[in-house]
Amino acid sequence: MWNYIEGILCLALISVISVLGLTVFTGFTGMFSMGHAAFIAIGAYTASILTSKAHANFYLALALGGLMSGFVSLIIGYPTLRAKLQNDYFAIATLGFGEAVRVILENLKITNGARGLVGIPARSTFLNILLITVLLTIITAHYVYSKYGRQSVAIREDHVAAEMMGINLFTVRLRALFFSAVMAGIGGGLYAHYVNFIQPSMFTSTQSTTLIAAVVAGGMGSITGPFVAMLIFSALPEILRVADMWRLVAYGLILVLIMVLRPQGIFGYKELNFKFVKRWIKKIRAKKPALPAEGGDA
Amino acid sequence: MLIQTVVTGIAIGGIYALMAVGYSLIFSILNFSNFAYGPIIMLCSFFGYFGLGILKLPFWLVLILSMLVGAFLCCLSEILAYRPLRKRKAKTLYFMISAMGISILLENMVYATVGAHFYNYPQILQGTVKLLAADIGVLDLFAIIFSCIAIGALHFFINHSKPGIAIRAVSYDTVVSQINGININAIVILVFCLAGMMAGIAGMFLGMKYMAYPTMGWITNKAYISAVIGGMGSLPGAVVGAIILGLVESLSSVYISSAIRDVFSFSFLIIMLFIKPSGLFGKTLEEKV
Repeated sequence: MWNYIEGILCLALISVISVLGLTVFTGFTGMFSMGHAAFIAIGAYTASILTSKAHANFYLALALGGLMSGFVSLIIGYPTLRAKLQNDYFAIATLGFGEAVRVILENLKITNGARGLVGIPARSTFLNILLITVLLTIITAHYVYSKYGRQSVAIREDHVAAEMMGINLFTVRLRALFFSAVMAGIGGGLYAHYVNFIQPSMFTSTQSTTLIAAVVAGGMGSITGPFVAMLIFSALPEILRVADMWRLVAYGLILVLIMVLRPQGIFGYKELNFKFVKRWIKKIRAKKPALPAEGGDA
Repeated sequence: MLIQTVVTGIAIGGIYALMAVGYSLIFSILNFSNFAYGPIIMLCSFFGYFGLGILKLPFWLVLILSMLVGAFLCCLSEILAYRPLRKRKAKTLYFMISAMGISILLENMVYATVGAHFYNYPQILQGTVKLLAADIGVLDLFAIIFSCIAIGALHFFINHSKPGIAIRAVSYDTVVSQINGININAIVILVFCLAGMMAGIAGMFLGMKYMAYPTMGWITNKAYISAVIGGMGSLPGAVVGAIILGLVESLSSVYISSAIRDVFSFSFLIIMLFIKPSGLFGKTLEEKV
Protein backbone atom coordinates (compact mmCIF):
# COMPACT_ATOMS: atom_id res chain seq x y z
CA MET A 1 0.00 0.00 0.00
CA TRP A 2 2.77 2.45 0.92
CA ASN A 3 4.47 1.74 -2.41
CA TYR A 4 1.33 2.77 -4.23
CA ILE A 5 0.94 5.98 -2.24
CA GLU A 6 4.64 6.69 -2.62
CA GLY A 7 4.34 6.37 -6.39
CA ILE A 8 1.47 8.84 -6.53
CA LEU A 9 3.30 11.24 -4.21
CA CYS A 10 6.47 11.09 -6.31
CA LEU A 11 4.68 11.96 -9.54
CA ALA A 12 2.67 14.65 -7.77
CA LEU A 13 5.77 16.28 -6.30
CA ILE A 14 7.52 16.16 -9.68
CA SER A 15 4.59 18.01 -11.24
CA VAL A 16 4.70 20.47 -8.37
CA ILE A 17 8.26 21.41 -9.33
CA SER A 18 7.17 22.34 -12.85
CA VAL A 19 4.19 24.23 -11.49
CA LEU A 20 6.41 26.27 -9.20
CA GLY A 21 8.24 27.60 -12.24
CA LEU A 22 5.04 28.45 -14.05
CA THR A 23 3.75 30.13 -10.89
CA VAL A 24 6.56 32.64 -11.16
CA PHE A 25 5.95 33.23 -14.85
CA THR A 26 2.16 33.17 -15.11
CA GLY A 27 1.08 33.80 -11.54
CA PHE A 28 3.53 36.54 -10.64
CA THR A 29 4.63 38.03 -13.96
CA GLY A 30 1.25 37.71 -15.68
CA MET A 31 2.51 36.10 -18.89
CA PHE A 32 0.62 33.18 -20.32
CA SER A 33 2.72 30.24 -21.50
CA MET A 34 0.98 27.44 -23.32
CA GLY A 35 4.09 25.50 -24.23
CA HIS A 36 5.61 24.69 -20.89
CA ALA A 37 5.55 20.98 -21.59
CA ALA A 38 8.33 21.68 -24.10
CA PHE A 39 10.64 22.85 -21.31
CA ILE A 40 9.84 19.74 -19.29
CA ALA A 41 10.63 17.64 -22.36
CA ILE A 42 13.95 19.38 -23.00
CA GLY A 43 15.00 18.91 -19.38
CA ALA A 44 13.91 15.27 -19.40
CA TYR A 45 15.72 14.45 -22.63
CA THR A 46 18.92 16.31 -21.73
CA ALA A 47 19.18 14.71 -18.32
CA SER A 48 18.41 11.21 -19.51
CA ILE A 49 20.78 11.37 -22.47
CA LEU A 50 23.49 12.55 -20.07
CA THR A 51 22.93 9.76 -17.54
CA SER A 52 22.18 6.88 -19.90
CA LYS A 53 24.64 7.64 -22.70
CA ALA A 54 27.39 9.70 -21.05
CA HIS A 55 27.00 8.08 -17.57
CA ALA A 56 27.04 11.46 -15.93
CA ASN A 57 26.27 12.07 -12.27
CA PHE A 58 22.50 12.22 -11.69
CA TYR A 59 22.41 15.58 -9.93
CA LEU A 60 24.78 17.12 -12.45
CA ALA A 61 22.55 15.83 -15.25
CA LEU A 62 19.48 17.29 -13.55
CA ALA A 63 21.14 20.67 -13.23
CA LEU A 64 22.34 20.58 -16.83
CA GLY A 65 18.87 19.55 -18.00
CA GLY A 66 17.44 22.54 -16.18
CA LEU A 67 20.07 24.84 -17.66
CA MET A 68 19.42 23.47 -21.14
CA SER A 69 15.73 24.28 -20.75
CA GLY A 70 16.69 27.72 -19.53
CA PHE A 71 18.96 28.22 -22.51
CA VAL A 72 16.21 27.25 -24.95
CA SER A 73 13.81 29.55 -23.12
CA LEU A 74 16.22 32.41 -23.83
CA ILE A 75 16.18 31.52 -27.54
CA ILE A 76 12.39 31.64 -27.66
CA GLY A 77 12.08 34.43 -25.11
CA TYR A 78 14.55 36.86 -26.63
CA PRO A 79 12.70 37.62 -29.89
CA THR A 80 9.20 37.33 -28.46
CA LEU A 81 9.73 39.35 -25.30
CA ARG A 82 11.97 41.87 -27.06
CA ALA A 83 9.08 42.59 -29.41
CA LYS A 84 7.02 43.29 -26.26
CA LEU A 85 4.49 40.66 -27.18
CA GLN A 86 1.46 40.86 -24.98
CA ASN A 87 -0.92 38.17 -23.77
CA ASP A 88 -2.31 36.68 -26.95
CA TYR A 89 0.70 37.05 -29.15
CA PHE A 90 2.97 35.51 -26.57
CA ALA A 91 0.55 32.69 -25.85
CA ILE A 92 0.36 31.82 -29.55
CA ALA A 93 4.12 31.98 -29.89
CA THR A 94 4.57 29.56 -26.97
CA LEU A 95 1.83 27.33 -28.34
CA GLY A 96 3.71 27.05 -31.61
CA PHE A 97 6.97 26.60 -29.73
CA GLY A 98 5.56 23.67 -27.76
CA GLU A 99 4.43 21.91 -30.92
CA ALA A 100 7.69 22.66 -32.72
CA VAL A 101 9.80 21.19 -29.92
CA ARG A 102 7.75 18.00 -29.95
CA VAL A 103 8.09 17.67 -33.73
CA ILE A 104 11.85 18.25 -33.50
CA LEU A 105 12.19 15.62 -30.75
CA GLU A 106 10.29 13.17 -32.94
CA ASN A 107 12.72 13.71 -35.79
CA LEU A 108 16.09 13.86 -34.04
CA LYS A 109 18.37 10.87 -33.97
CA ILE A 110 19.80 11.37 -30.49
CA THR A 111 16.30 11.33 -28.96
CA ASN A 112 15.47 8.10 -30.78
CA GLY A 113 12.55 9.76 -32.57
CA ALA A 114 8.95 8.95 -31.75
CA ARG A 115 9.90 5.62 -30.16
CA GLY A 116 11.51 7.44 -27.27
CA LEU A 117 14.37 6.71 -24.91
CA VAL A 118 14.31 3.47 -22.93
CA GLY A 119 16.45 2.17 -20.09
CA ILE A 120 16.97 5.42 -18.26
CA PRO A 121 18.52 4.55 -14.89
CA ALA A 122 16.10 4.78 -11.95
CA ARG A 123 17.74 7.42 -9.81
CA SER A 124 14.74 9.39 -8.57
CA THR A 125 13.68 8.09 -5.20
CA PHE A 126 10.98 9.42 -2.94
CA LEU A 127 13.59 10.91 -0.63
CA ASN A 128 15.53 12.90 -3.21
CA ILE A 129 12.36 14.03 -4.99
CA LEU A 130 11.01 15.30 -1.68
CA LEU A 131 14.27 17.05 -0.80
CA ILE A 132 14.55 18.69 -4.22
CA THR A 133 10.92 19.83 -4.06
CA VAL A 134 11.42 21.40 -0.66
CA LEU A 135 14.64 23.07 -1.77
CA LEU A 136 13.09 24.45 -4.96
CA THR A 137 10.01 25.67 -3.11
CA ILE A 138 12.24 27.65 -0.77
CA ILE A 139 14.18 29.04 -3.74
CA THR A 140 10.94 30.03 -5.46
CA ALA A 141 9.72 31.78 -2.32
CA HIS A 142 12.95 33.69 -2.14
CA TYR A 143 12.73 34.60 -5.82
CA VAL A 144 9.19 35.88 -5.41
CA TYR A 145 9.98 37.98 -2.35
CA SER A 146 13.19 39.33 -3.81
CA LYS A 147 13.56 42.48 -5.89
CA TYR A 148 13.00 40.40 -9.04
CA GLY A 149 9.74 38.98 -7.79
CA ARG A 150 8.42 42.36 -6.73
CA GLN A 151 9.30 43.82 -10.12
CA SER A 152 7.40 40.92 -11.69
CA VAL A 153 4.32 41.65 -9.60
CA ALA A 154 4.50 45.32 -10.57
CA ILE A 155 4.54 44.31 -14.24
CA ARG A 156 1.63 41.94 -13.78
CA GLU A 157 -0.48 44.60 -12.13
CA ASP A 158 0.26 47.44 -14.56
CA HIS A 159 3.06 47.11 -17.05
CA VAL A 160 2.83 50.72 -18.23
CA ALA A 161 3.15 52.07 -14.71
CA ALA A 162 5.92 49.58 -13.97
CA GLU A 163 7.86 50.70 -17.01
CA MET A 164 7.46 54.33 -15.96
CA MET A 165 8.90 53.43 -12.56
CA GLY A 166 12.04 52.34 -14.36
CA ILE A 167 11.48 48.60 -14.47
CA ASN A 168 12.82 47.03 -17.64
CA LEU A 169 9.94 44.87 -18.89
CA PHE A 170 12.15 42.80 -21.16
CA THR A 171 14.76 41.72 -18.61
CA VAL A 172 12.28 41.04 -15.83
CA ARG A 173 10.04 38.95 -18.06
CA LEU A 174 12.97 37.10 -19.59
CA ARG A 175 14.37 36.39 -16.13
CA ALA A 176 11.03 34.99 -15.00
CA LEU A 177 10.78 32.86 -18.14
CA PHE A 178 14.32 31.57 -17.63
CA PHE A 179 13.58 30.72 -14.01
CA SER A 180 10.38 28.88 -14.88
CA ALA A 181 12.05 26.98 -17.72
CA VAL A 182 14.88 25.84 -15.42
CA MET A 183 12.36 24.61 -12.88
CA ALA A 184 10.38 22.79 -15.58
CA GLY A 185 13.61 21.23 -16.87
CA ILE A 186 14.57 19.93 -13.43
CA GLY A 187 11.06 18.53 -13.03
CA GLY A 188 11.42 16.83 -16.40
CA GLY A 189 14.77 15.29 -15.43
CA LEU A 190 13.33 13.87 -12.24
CA TYR A 191 10.33 12.54 -14.13
CA ALA A 192 12.50 10.77 -16.72
CA HIS A 193 14.56 9.10 -14.00
CA TYR A 194 11.45 8.06 -12.17
CA VAL A 195 9.49 6.42 -15.01
CA ASN A 196 12.68 5.24 -16.80
CA PHE A 197 11.15 5.77 -20.23
CA ILE A 198 10.29 8.92 -22.16
CA GLN A 199 8.87 9.62 -25.58
CA PRO A 200 7.79 12.86 -27.27
CA SER A 201 4.08 12.07 -27.01
CA MET A 202 4.32 12.34 -23.22
CA PHE A 203 4.92 16.07 -23.44
CA THR A 204 1.83 17.34 -25.20
CA SER A 205 -0.24 20.44 -24.77
CA THR A 206 -2.39 18.47 -22.29
CA GLN A 207 0.46 18.71 -19.84
CA SER A 208 0.91 22.43 -20.43
CA THR A 209 -2.80 22.79 -19.88
CA THR A 210 -2.73 20.91 -16.59
CA LEU A 211 0.07 23.18 -15.37
CA ILE A 212 -1.84 26.32 -16.34
CA ALA A 213 -5.00 24.95 -14.76
CA ALA A 214 -3.15 24.32 -11.51
CA VAL A 215 -1.69 27.83 -11.43
CA VAL A 216 -5.02 29.45 -12.20
CA ALA A 217 -7.03 27.26 -9.86
CA GLY A 218 -4.52 27.67 -7.06
CA GLY A 219 -4.45 31.40 -7.37
CA MET A 220 -2.33 33.72 -9.45
CA GLY A 221 -0.09 35.43 -6.97
CA SER A 222 0.32 32.58 -4.53
CA ILE A 223 2.99 29.88 -4.33
CA THR A 224 1.27 27.48 -2.00
CA GLY A 225 -2.01 27.76 -3.90
CA PRO A 226 -0.73 26.18 -7.13
CA PHE A 227 1.35 23.79 -5.01
CA VAL A 228 -1.75 22.42 -3.31
CA ALA A 229 -3.81 22.57 -6.53
CA MET A 230 -1.22 20.48 -8.37
CA LEU A 231 -1.10 17.93 -5.56
CA ILE A 232 -4.88 17.62 -5.79
CA PHE A 233 -4.82 17.47 -9.60
CA SER A 234 -2.26 14.66 -9.52
CA ALA A 235 -3.91 12.68 -6.76
CA LEU A 236 -7.53 13.02 -7.87
CA PRO A 237 -7.27 10.92 -11.06
CA GLU A 238 -5.82 8.12 -8.96
CA ILE A 239 -8.75 8.23 -6.58
CA LEU A 240 -11.31 8.66 -9.36
CA ARG A 241 -9.92 5.98 -11.64
CA VAL A 242 -13.31 5.46 -13.28
CA ALA A 243 -13.57 9.03 -14.34
CA ASP A 244 -10.22 9.09 -16.09
CA MET A 245 -11.59 10.32 -19.41
CA TRP A 246 -13.57 13.02 -17.67
CA ARG A 247 -10.61 14.38 -15.74
CA LEU A 248 -9.63 16.84 -18.46
CA VAL A 249 -13.25 17.81 -18.98
CA ALA A 250 -13.30 18.69 -15.31
CA TYR A 251 -10.10 20.76 -15.70
CA GLY A 252 -11.77 22.77 -18.44
CA LEU A 253 -14.85 23.29 -16.35
CA ILE A 254 -12.74 24.31 -13.35
CA LEU A 255 -10.93 26.94 -15.44
CA VAL A 256 -14.16 28.48 -16.71
CA LEU A 257 -15.88 28.36 -13.33
CA ILE A 258 -12.92 29.92 -11.55
CA MET A 259 -12.70 32.70 -14.12
CA VAL A 260 -16.42 33.40 -13.89
CA LEU A 261 -16.91 32.99 -10.15
CA ARG A 262 -13.59 33.52 -8.40
CA PRO A 263 -10.92 34.90 -10.75
CA GLN A 264 -8.32 35.25 -8.02
CA GLY A 265 -8.21 31.46 -7.61
CA ILE A 266 -8.89 29.31 -4.60
CA PHE A 267 -6.12 30.85 -2.53
CA GLY A 268 -6.20 34.29 -4.12
CA TYR A 269 -3.15 36.32 -3.20
CA LYS A 270 -2.85 34.54 0.12
CA GLU A 271 -0.31 31.95 1.09
CA LEU A 272 -0.91 28.82 3.05
CA ASN A 273 1.38 29.08 6.03
CA PHE A 274 1.56 28.08 9.61
CA LYS A 275 0.90 31.50 11.07
CA PHE A 276 -2.58 30.33 11.99
CA VAL A 277 -0.99 27.78 14.33
CA LYS A 278 0.80 30.63 16.07
CA ARG A 279 -2.45 32.54 16.25
CA TRP A 280 -4.19 29.56 17.81
CA ILE A 281 -1.45 29.19 20.35
CA LYS A 282 -1.74 32.87 21.18
CA LYS A 283 -5.49 32.56 21.55
CA ILE A 284 -5.17 29.56 23.78
CA ARG A 285 -2.57 31.36 25.89
CA ALA A 286 -4.74 34.43 26.10
CA LYS A 287 -7.63 32.29 27.20
CA LYS A 288 -5.68 30.45 29.83
CA PRO A 289 -5.87 33.03 32.60
CA ALA A 290 -9.60 33.32 31.96
CA LEU A 291 -10.03 29.60 32.42
CA PRO A 292 -7.81 28.66 35.33
CA ALA A 293 -9.79 25.54 36.13
CA GLU A 294 -9.00 23.94 32.79
CA GLY A 295 -5.38 24.98 32.74
CA GLY A 296 -4.68 23.26 36.00
CA ASP A 297 -2.43 20.64 34.52
CA ALA A 298 -0.20 23.17 32.74
CA MET B 1 4.59 20.05 -59.80
CA LEU B 2 5.16 23.63 -58.73
CA ILE B 3 1.74 24.75 -59.93
CA GLN B 4 0.11 21.84 -58.14
CA THR B 5 1.92 22.66 -54.92
CA VAL B 6 0.95 26.31 -55.19
CA VAL B 7 -2.71 25.44 -55.78
CA THR B 8 -2.72 23.06 -52.82
CA GLY B 9 -1.10 25.78 -50.75
CA ILE B 10 -3.75 28.29 -51.74
CA ALA B 11 -6.51 25.77 -51.00
CA ILE B 12 -5.13 25.10 -47.51
CA GLY B 13 -4.63 28.83 -47.13
CA GLY B 14 -8.28 29.36 -48.07
CA ILE B 15 -9.47 27.10 -45.26
CA TYR B 16 -7.03 28.73 -42.83
CA ALA B 17 -8.39 32.08 -44.02
CA LEU B 18 -11.94 31.12 -43.09
CA MET B 19 -10.82 30.24 -39.58
CA ALA B 20 -8.49 33.22 -39.29
CA VAL B 21 -11.25 35.60 -40.35
CA GLY B 22 -13.64 34.29 -37.71
CA TYR B 23 -10.93 34.44 -35.11
CA SER B 24 -9.80 37.90 -36.13
CA LEU B 25 -13.37 39.16 -36.07
CA ILE B 26 -13.75 38.20 -32.42
CA PHE B 27 -10.34 39.62 -31.62
CA SER B 28 -11.18 42.96 -33.23
CA ILE B 29 -14.19 43.40 -30.93
CA LEU B 30 -13.18 41.79 -27.66
CA ASN B 31 -9.39 42.01 -27.91
CA PHE B 32 -8.62 38.48 -26.83
CA SER B 33 -7.78 35.19 -28.51
CA ASN B 34 -10.76 32.91 -28.59
CA PHE B 35 -9.02 29.58 -28.08
CA ALA B 36 -12.44 27.93 -27.92
CA TYR B 37 -12.74 28.52 -31.65
CA GLY B 38 -10.73 25.43 -32.61
CA PRO B 39 -12.89 22.90 -30.76
CA ILE B 40 -16.02 24.56 -32.15
CA ILE B 41 -14.65 24.00 -35.66
CA MET B 42 -13.97 20.39 -34.64
CA LEU B 43 -17.56 19.96 -33.44
CA CYS B 44 -18.84 21.42 -36.73
CA SER B 45 -16.69 18.92 -38.56
CA PHE B 46 -18.17 16.07 -36.54
CA PHE B 47 -21.61 17.43 -37.20
CA GLY B 48 -20.80 17.45 -40.92
CA TYR B 49 -19.74 13.81 -40.72
CA PHE B 50 -22.92 12.99 -38.83
CA GLY B 51 -25.08 14.72 -41.44
CA LEU B 52 -23.31 13.46 -44.55
CA GLY B 53 -22.15 10.03 -43.46
CA ILE B 54 -24.92 8.80 -41.21
CA LEU B 55 -28.08 10.77 -42.02
CA LYS B 56 -27.07 11.00 -45.73
CA LEU B 57 -28.45 14.51 -46.11
CA PRO B 58 -27.60 16.58 -49.19
CA PHE B 59 -24.33 18.51 -49.03
CA TRP B 60 -25.82 22.01 -49.15
CA LEU B 61 -28.27 21.31 -46.35
CA VAL B 62 -25.51 19.92 -44.12
CA LEU B 63 -23.31 22.92 -44.86
CA ILE B 64 -26.05 25.35 -43.82
CA LEU B 65 -26.91 23.31 -40.72
CA SER B 66 -23.23 23.13 -39.79
CA MET B 67 -23.00 26.92 -40.06
CA LEU B 68 -25.99 27.21 -37.73
CA VAL B 69 -24.46 24.77 -35.26
CA GLY B 70 -21.21 26.76 -35.29
CA ALA B 71 -23.06 30.02 -34.71
CA PHE B 72 -25.06 28.48 -31.87
CA LEU B 73 -21.98 27.07 -30.14
CA CYS B 74 -20.05 30.32 -30.48
CA CYS B 75 -22.93 32.31 -28.99
CA LEU B 76 -23.31 29.80 -26.19
CA SER B 77 -19.64 30.13 -25.28
CA GLU B 78 -20.01 33.91 -25.31
CA ILE B 79 -23.02 33.90 -23.02
CA LEU B 80 -21.68 31.32 -20.57
CA ALA B 81 -17.99 32.08 -20.40
CA TYR B 82 -17.26 35.60 -21.62
CA ARG B 83 -20.28 37.71 -20.76
CA PRO B 84 -19.78 37.50 -16.96
CA LEU B 85 -16.17 38.56 -17.48
CA ARG B 86 -17.17 41.42 -19.77
CA LYS B 87 -19.62 42.66 -17.14
CA ARG B 88 -16.79 42.72 -14.62
CA LYS B 89 -14.41 44.39 -17.12
CA ALA B 90 -11.88 41.64 -16.45
CA LYS B 91 -8.32 41.59 -17.79
CA THR B 92 -7.54 39.99 -21.16
CA LEU B 93 -5.67 37.21 -19.39
CA TYR B 94 -8.87 36.08 -17.71
CA PHE B 95 -10.74 35.95 -21.03
CA MET B 96 -7.97 33.81 -22.48
CA ILE B 97 -8.00 31.40 -19.55
CA SER B 98 -11.76 31.11 -19.80
CA ALA B 99 -11.45 30.40 -23.53
CA MET B 100 -8.78 27.80 -22.79
CA GLY B 101 -11.18 26.21 -20.34
CA ILE B 102 -13.96 25.97 -22.94
CA SER B 103 -11.50 24.56 -25.44
CA ILE B 104 -10.27 21.84 -23.06
CA LEU B 105 -13.81 21.08 -21.99
CA LEU B 106 -15.18 20.59 -25.53
CA GLU B 107 -12.19 18.69 -26.86
CA ASN B 108 -12.14 16.18 -24.02
CA MET B 109 -15.90 15.89 -23.97
CA VAL B 110 -15.63 14.56 -27.52
CA TYR B 111 -12.81 12.25 -26.44
CA ALA B 112 -14.87 10.90 -23.56
CA THR B 113 -18.05 10.39 -25.56
CA VAL B 114 -17.15 9.77 -29.21
CA GLY B 115 -13.63 8.44 -28.70
CA ALA B 116 -10.36 9.12 -30.46
CA HIS B 117 -11.33 7.55 -33.79
CA PHE B 118 -10.82 9.16 -37.17
CA TYR B 119 -14.03 9.56 -39.12
CA ASN B 120 -13.79 9.51 -42.88
CA TYR B 121 -16.25 11.63 -44.79
CA PRO B 122 -18.18 9.95 -47.62
CA GLN B 123 -16.77 10.38 -51.10
CA ILE B 124 -17.99 13.69 -52.44
CA LEU B 125 -16.16 16.24 -54.54
CA GLN B 126 -13.55 13.67 -55.51
CA GLY B 127 -11.50 13.54 -58.69
CA THR B 128 -9.08 15.94 -60.30
CA VAL B 129 -9.18 18.61 -62.96
CA LYS B 130 -6.45 19.24 -65.52
CA LEU B 131 -5.39 22.84 -65.25
CA LEU B 132 -2.16 24.33 -66.65
CA ALA B 133 -0.58 20.88 -66.95
CA ALA B 134 -1.25 20.00 -63.33
CA ASP B 135 -3.77 17.74 -61.63
CA ILE B 136 -5.79 19.78 -59.22
CA GLY B 137 -8.27 18.22 -56.80
CA VAL B 138 -11.89 19.25 -57.19
CA LEU B 139 -12.07 19.60 -53.41
CA ASP B 140 -9.13 22.04 -53.40
CA LEU B 141 -10.71 24.07 -56.18
CA PHE B 142 -14.04 24.05 -54.43
CA ALA B 143 -12.44 25.09 -51.13
CA ILE B 144 -10.77 28.05 -52.82
CA ILE B 145 -13.99 29.18 -54.53
CA PHE B 146 -16.13 28.73 -51.46
CA SER B 147 -13.66 30.50 -49.16
CA CYS B 148 -13.63 33.42 -51.60
CA ILE B 149 -17.43 33.59 -51.65
CA ALA B 150 -17.77 33.37 -47.86
CA ILE B 151 -15.06 35.91 -47.11
CA GLY B 152 -16.36 38.21 -49.85
CA ALA B 153 -19.86 38.08 -48.42
CA LEU B 154 -18.53 38.79 -44.95
CA HIS B 155 -16.47 41.69 -46.27
CA PHE B 156 -19.53 43.13 -48.01
CA PHE B 157 -21.62 42.71 -44.88
CA ILE B 158 -19.11 44.46 -42.68
CA ASN B 159 -18.46 47.34 -45.05
CA HIS B 160 -21.89 48.02 -46.52
CA SER B 161 -24.57 47.11 -44.00
CA LYS B 162 -25.77 48.95 -40.93
CA PRO B 163 -24.84 46.18 -38.43
CA GLY B 164 -21.48 45.91 -40.20
CA ILE B 165 -20.80 49.58 -39.66
CA ALA B 166 -21.76 49.11 -36.01
CA ILE B 167 -19.26 46.24 -35.75
CA ARG B 168 -16.52 48.43 -37.16
CA ALA B 169 -17.44 51.23 -34.79
CA VAL B 170 -17.30 48.93 -31.77
CA SER B 171 -13.97 47.51 -32.84
CA TYR B 172 -12.64 51.04 -33.13
CA ASP B 173 -13.87 52.30 -29.78
CA THR B 174 -16.24 50.37 -27.54
CA VAL B 175 -17.13 53.16 -25.13
CA VAL B 176 -17.83 55.88 -27.70
CA SER B 177 -19.96 53.59 -29.85
CA GLN B 178 -21.94 52.66 -26.77
CA ILE B 179 -22.56 56.34 -26.09
CA ASN B 180 -23.83 56.66 -29.64
CA GLY B 181 -26.52 54.10 -28.99
CA ILE B 182 -25.01 50.83 -30.16
CA ASN B 183 -26.10 47.83 -28.15
CA ILE B 184 -22.77 46.18 -27.35
CA ASN B 185 -24.24 42.84 -26.29
CA ALA B 186 -26.17 42.55 -29.55
CA ILE B 187 -23.08 43.38 -31.59
CA VAL B 188 -20.97 40.85 -29.71
CA ILE B 189 -23.60 38.16 -30.29
CA LEU B 190 -23.71 39.10 -33.98
CA VAL B 191 -19.93 38.85 -34.24
CA PHE B 192 -19.91 35.46 -32.55
CA CYS B 193 -22.66 34.32 -34.94
CA LEU B 194 -20.63 35.38 -37.98
CA ALA B 195 -17.50 33.75 -36.59
CA GLY B 196 -19.47 30.59 -35.84
CA MET B 197 -20.75 30.45 -39.42
CA MET B 198 -17.18 30.68 -40.70
CA ALA B 199 -16.31 27.89 -38.25
CA GLY B 200 -19.10 25.77 -39.71
CA ILE B 201 -17.77 26.10 -43.27
CA ALA B 202 -14.15 25.61 -42.21
CA GLY B 203 -15.07 22.55 -40.17
CA MET B 204 -16.81 20.90 -43.12
CA PHE B 205 -13.92 21.49 -45.50
CA LEU B 206 -11.31 20.43 -42.97
CA GLY B 207 -13.28 17.26 -42.35
CA MET B 208 -13.49 16.49 -46.04
CA LYS B 209 -9.79 17.11 -46.52
CA TYR B 210 -8.30 15.58 -43.37
CA MET B 211 -11.11 13.51 -41.78
CA ALA B 212 -12.80 14.37 -38.48
CA TYR B 213 -11.05 13.61 -35.18
CA PRO B 214 -11.10 15.09 -31.66
CA THR B 215 -7.76 16.89 -31.76
CA MET B 216 -8.31 18.53 -35.13
CA GLY B 217 -8.76 21.77 -33.21
CA TRP B 218 -4.96 22.14 -33.29
CA ILE B 219 -5.25 23.06 -36.96
CA THR B 220 -6.72 26.32 -35.71
CA ASN B 221 -3.31 27.08 -34.24
CA LYS B 222 -2.46 27.73 -37.88
CA ALA B 223 -5.36 30.16 -38.02
CA TYR B 224 -3.98 32.00 -35.00
CA ILE B 225 -0.56 32.06 -36.60
CA SER B 226 -1.94 33.43 -39.86
CA ALA B 227 -3.97 36.02 -38.00
CA VAL B 228 -0.81 37.14 -36.22
CA ILE B 229 1.14 37.26 -39.48
CA GLY B 230 -1.58 39.35 -41.09
CA GLY B 231 -2.12 41.52 -38.03
CA MET B 232 -4.64 40.61 -35.37
CA GLY B 233 -8.03 42.18 -35.75
CA SER B 234 -7.57 42.93 -39.44
CA LEU B 235 -9.72 40.91 -41.86
CA PRO B 236 -7.72 41.45 -45.09
CA GLY B 237 -4.61 40.74 -43.02
CA ALA B 238 -6.05 37.43 -41.86
CA VAL B 239 -6.73 36.35 -45.45
CA VAL B 240 -3.31 37.36 -46.73
CA GLY B 241 -1.58 35.80 -43.71
CA ALA B 242 -3.48 32.55 -44.17
CA ILE B 243 -2.60 32.26 -47.85
CA ILE B 244 1.06 33.04 -47.16
CA LEU B 245 1.08 30.41 -44.43
CA GLY B 246 -0.62 27.85 -46.68
CA LEU B 247 1.98 28.46 -49.38
CA VAL B 248 4.88 28.26 -46.92
CA GLU B 249 3.55 24.95 -45.62
CA SER B 250 2.87 23.26 -48.92
CA LEU B 251 6.14 24.45 -50.46
CA SER B 252 8.24 23.45 -47.44
CA SER B 253 6.57 20.05 -47.16
CA VAL B 254 7.16 19.29 -50.86
CA TYR B 255 10.65 20.68 -51.25
CA ILE B 256 12.19 20.24 -47.78
CA SER B 257 10.46 17.79 -45.45
CA SER B 258 6.84 17.15 -44.60
CA ALA B 259 7.67 15.83 -41.12
CA ILE B 260 8.96 19.16 -39.88
CA ARG B 261 6.41 21.30 -41.76
CA ASP B 262 5.02 22.67 -38.50
CA VAL B 263 8.46 23.78 -37.40
CA PHE B 264 8.65 25.87 -40.55
CA SER B 265 5.33 27.60 -39.99
CA PHE B 266 6.32 28.29 -36.41
CA SER B 267 9.75 29.68 -37.33
CA PHE B 268 8.03 31.81 -39.92
CA LEU B 269 5.82 33.21 -37.16
CA ILE B 270 8.80 34.00 -34.94
CA ILE B 271 10.68 35.71 -37.76
CA MET B 272 7.57 37.68 -38.64
CA LEU B 273 7.06 38.73 -35.04
CA PHE B 274 10.65 39.83 -34.84
CA ILE B 275 10.52 41.94 -38.00
CA LYS B 276 7.00 43.32 -37.73
CA PRO B 277 5.23 42.45 -34.48
CA SER B 278 2.03 44.23 -35.49
CA GLY B 279 1.64 41.99 -38.54
CA LEU B 280 1.28 42.98 -42.16
CA PHE B 281 -1.95 44.95 -41.83
CA GLY B 282 -2.28 45.30 -38.07
CA LYS B 283 -2.71 48.36 -35.98
CA THR B 284 0.34 49.36 -34.00
CA LEU B 285 1.05 47.17 -31.00
CA GLU B 286 1.98 49.93 -28.57
CA GLU B 287 -0.71 49.99 -25.96
CA LYS B 288 -2.57 53.07 -24.91
CA VAL B 289 -2.53 54.02 -21.26
